[in-house]
Amino acid sequence: MSIDKHSTPMLDQLESGPWPSFVSGIKRLRDQHADARINAMANDLLGQLEHSYETRKGYWKGGTVSVYGYGGGIIPRFSEVGKVFPSSKEFHTLRVQPPAGNHYTTAMLRQLADSWEKWGSGLITFHGQTGNIMFIGSSTENTQHFFDEINDYGWDLGGAGPCVRTAMSCIGAARCEMSCTNEFKAHRLLVNNFTDDVHRPALPYKFKFKISGCANDCQNAIERSDFAVIGTWRDDMKVDQDEVRRYVAEKGRQYYIDNVITRCPTQALSLNDDDTLAVDNRDCVRCMHCLNVMPKALHPGDDRGVTILVGGKRTLKIGDLMGTVIVPFKKLDTEEDYESLVELAETIIDFWAENGLEHERCGEMIERIGLANFLEGIGIEPDPNMLNHPRQSSYVRMDGWDQAAEAWFERQAEAAG
Amino acid sequence: MADMREPIESGCPDPWQYMHPVMRKNFGQWKYHEHPRPGVLLHVAYSGDRVWTVKAGTQRILDVFTLRKLCDIGDTFAEGHVHFTLRSNIEYLVTDEAKVAPLIEALEEAGFIVGGTQNSVTMISHTQGWLHCDIPGTDASGVVKAMMDELVDEFRNTNMPNRVHITTSCCQINCGGQGDIAINVQHTKPPKINHDLVANVCERPSVVARCPVAAIRPAMVNGKPSLEVDERKCICCGACYPPCPPMQINDAEHTKLAIWVGGSHSNARSKPSFQKLVAAGIPNNPPRWPEATAIVKRILKAYKEGARDWERINEWIERIGWPRFFEEVELPFTKYHIDTWRGSRASFNSSSYIRF
Repeated sequence: MSIDKHSTPMLDQLESGPWPSFVSGIKRLRDQHADARINAMANDLLGQLEHSYETRKGYWKGGTVSVYGYGGGIIPRFSEVGKVFPSSKEFHTLRVQPPAGNHYTTAMLRQLADSWEKWGSGLITFHGQTGNIMFIGSSTENTQHFFDEINDYGWDLGGAGPCVRTAMSCIGAARCEMSCTNEFKAHRLLVNNFTDDVHRPALPYKFKFKISGCANDCQNAIERSDFAVIGTWRDDMKVDQDEVRRYVAEKGRQYYIDNVITRCPTQALSLNDDDTLAVDNRDCVRCMHCLNVMPKALHPGDDRGVTILVGGKRTLKIGDLMGTVIVPFKKLDTEEDYESLVELAETIIDFWAENGLEHERCGEMIERIGLANFLEGIGIEPDPNMLNHPRQSSYVRMDGWDQAAEAWFERQAEAAG
Repeated sequence: MADMREPIESGCPDPWQYMHPVMRKNFGQWKYHEHPRPGVLLHVAYSGDRVWTVKAGTQRILDVFTLRKLCDIGDTFAEGHVHFTLRSNIEYLVTDEAKVAPLIEALEEAGFIVGGTQNSVTMISHTQGWLHCDIPGTDASGVVKAMMDELVDEFRNTNMPNRVHITTSCCQINCGGQGDIAINVQHTKPPKINHDLVANVCERPSVVARCPVAAIRPAMVNGKPSLEVDERKCICCGACYPPCPPMQINDAEHTKLAIWVGGSHSNARSKPSFQKLVAAGIPNNPPRWPEATAIVKRILKAYKEGARDWERINEWIERIGWPRFFEEVELPFTKYHIDTWRGSRASFNSSSYIRF
């Protein structure tokens, strides 16, 4: 059965060139797929996209589509030009949570592909910016069928709307020597504690967890998540001096000084006269640079844990915010450690749900009420690690100073045991 | 509703069942890695196990044929396991070094590009655009395809001073995030309001609340309740458009592209940084957006020639200074580069530090 193919002269220009072409992929679905439903859907999708290219406008609008029992997880898309392109007039995306760390077997991918071509368009993305597998293009009716089928064999929807969103974690301990924690355990314990908040949007706005196993922050957690977990260590970094010597011999002393010693942000490194490395571990901020340069010679210490930052987000509405350190160091060894991590997330989300304004991210709320008030609200004591420097403005009422100072000394004494 | 199936709220799946066996065996026990060639990483575990990772770029929007082709390659060479990176590159792990070269060959033969490791320009992280978003000012997959065609050699090789992460975003919400170079939509005119639809479509108080500069207020227009925009205050950000589609912000001519540089997520050497505006007014010009690509290439060329080893783009500019950056990339410096947002004062030079 042949279909009346839309002419796509602009999109056709994206079929040439060395990089793989998504246009050619959609055309394969139009021309080669055995299912006429998919052929027609791909054809009309190409038609609408070409129309966008010609007019420089988008033609999708949102709406309300969800699966039975959930309030979110689907990105509804209805075409504003559906009369001209009827086969893709409903083209919703299902956001599906990937396994932590984005590992797959080909058998599982094939099973997902089989289900998707049965019910959807045949277009998939690994992964969207929030970290979901994006099954792009399903009719309203088939959305439920597809979800039922993949939910039966272990896949669940992610978040969309004002809710806890799908979390992300790096490959970490599975294949990286820099990893300082069990990323996927933290990832799953955190997000799976909030499945109700993932599936039923009822928070002020979105809330994201991201976990990176070291300060290289491959998951962009500090800037892109409301709750960032970054692996680190607090004892001395491990130095294999023989490997250091080998590296200096290979690269030369000048290269070593210019690229390792002087690139340390806190001047914690020095090259000894015998070409070994001196590290002042009390000045080291665990930035990862020297470990990145010499992964064979330098390694994180053994006393590992995580730093937690809260409140990262992008522009809307008050401007970009990086996360702020809320917990400078936390061990993540025992089950109790992980439980207290999840409890901290619960406390923060509860406080924000109570105090955040509509459409206000957690970081924006902290900006509005002040970091000190936020800390008091979640029951965490202030710590100089939370700041770049203490306040510069004298315009503040400080008649509680004596009690606050006393509390500090009490906490110090308690910590010293 | 009686026959509706209750969902199983299983949440995020356990990756253990999908991980390559060598990863399961050596979990948390990796010793170091090397970079034998672009597109390939070698990880060595304390157990002595060695595993080669081969990384390849794809079109990101995968059709099921392409996905099955990637699976076939995984079955032939990587024991049926694959991993995806944050930037949508696919990775295959092989424990037999002899399989590395044939795997690369198979990927290239199937049309995928092997690379994206270490000091390369890796795959552009991007959003949905005209293909699927409800508020896009431009396409995403198309911009990225056109740009990667031009940057493919930089993906295949590792000739940059450090890694380069490029992002694109189709509106000013900027889902693409921070990048060493970011190509983002920048609207230049206030929204055009269809007053006949506002009352029925938009929850007016939330739209008023959404505006970052309080430029929107309720108004009666032609006898109907609607919204009006104080165009002197409006910053043309488009924040009102998602909650109120009759406030159309996209415009074939006045929706432009802007280029930002120096965003970095890593803590290595310096704290994570936000990207800074360097170029704007770039035409939103499908299907290949040549003007935007040309500027990106100029920035990459200057960075490649001028930066020292390990300097990311922000660190390179920090060293040479912004005047020289604008000179080297031949971009104009204007009053629009001077920040006006909260905290802008911190971006002013309050010292006598001037480079000559």
